[in-house]
Amino acid sequence: MKSDITIKLERCKGCGICAAFCPKKVLAVDELGKIQVVNGEACIACGQCELRCPDYAIFVDKKEAAK
Amino acid sequence: MERSYEKYFRQNRLPHLWCPGCGNGIVMKAIVQAIEKEGLNQDNTVIVSGIGCSSRASGYMDFDTLHTAHGRAIPFATGVKLANPELNVIVITGDGDCTAIGGNHFIHGCRRNVDLTVVLFDNNIYGMTGGQASPMTPTGKKATTAPYGSVDRPFNACDLAGAAGATYVARSTAFHVKHLTDMISGGIRNKGFSFIEAVVQCPTAYGRKNKMGSPADMLAWMRDNAVMKAAWDKMPEEQKTSEKFPIGVFLDSSYEDYGNAYEGLIQRIGGKKS
Repeated sequence: MKSDITIKLERCKGCGICAAFCPKKVLAVDELGKIQVVNGEACIACGQCELRCPDYAIFVDKKEAAK
Repeated sequence: MERSYEKYFRQNRLPHLWCPGCGNGIVMKAIVQAIEKEGLNQDNTVIVSGIGCSSRASGYMDFDTLHTAHGRAIPFATGVKLANPELNVIVITGDGDCTAIGGNHFIHGCRRNVDLTVVLFDNNIYGMTGGQASPMTPTGKKATTAPYGSVDRPFNACDLAGAAGATYVARSTAFHVKHLTDMISGGIRNKGFSFIEAVVQCPTAYGRKNKMGSPADMLAWMRDNAVMKAAWDKMPEEQKTSEKFPIGVFLDSSYEDYGNAYEGLIQRIGGKKS
């Protein structure tokens, strides 16, 4: 996994904007209407989800490469 | 990792009350990022808002904030700025608030060139009161007060601001977050009346009525129909369909701002202080 994805579930309203703009299909809205990571390995840390999240509920940080 | 812009939000007020997928949250983040980028002091910045969905933003932002009467955000902000010219004053307003009930205040704020940064959240409709048509609802689009489509011609708020005398006029969308932040930054830097129209999606009232799909579909619509100004200027007229609209800086000029003119008047006729 190249990134650390932090989700603040108490802020998420499940609008699905992050999932729709994810180029690698990492995210999906679960049955309770909250976003969850379904394919974390594919994340390229592009930050598209964080950029357009209207509720400031998702944060993506690039992981430092292991030396 | 905690983001640096989080300090500009009143944490105990979040999550905000806007509907799932509403674009207002995106624009509010763009505003605080622009404030951070321009290095404005939190204690020296005032956020003034009117009434409407957009204007709820002042309640979530950790500055000195003023939630004023419907349409009257610009007069209140003018008062704040004239009373204390050291303050950075940012006005948050909506399309109904600014161009309908506050239409006169808007054009006269532009005309006086008061040193304010006005960010208009344009969701094309009155969201909070139940989806009535606003002066910025495009012709043919549906609203609860226009069930067969609006017959009115909408305002082009950017043209209106420029014609009325604003010195900085720009437009961006909730899709183009970084571009929007840059537009707001430019407005904060400009000494004079700065107007930034931020096109936002209203999935609950406007989007549902006009079958525009999910919030993400509405953002994709902005991506597909917003054209950067440089490209828009070169675009053949027949491609400029009613859906397409230009984004970018339309006007960046300079003119003496109202605070300076007012101070000059005081110096000239105010007499000597004993």
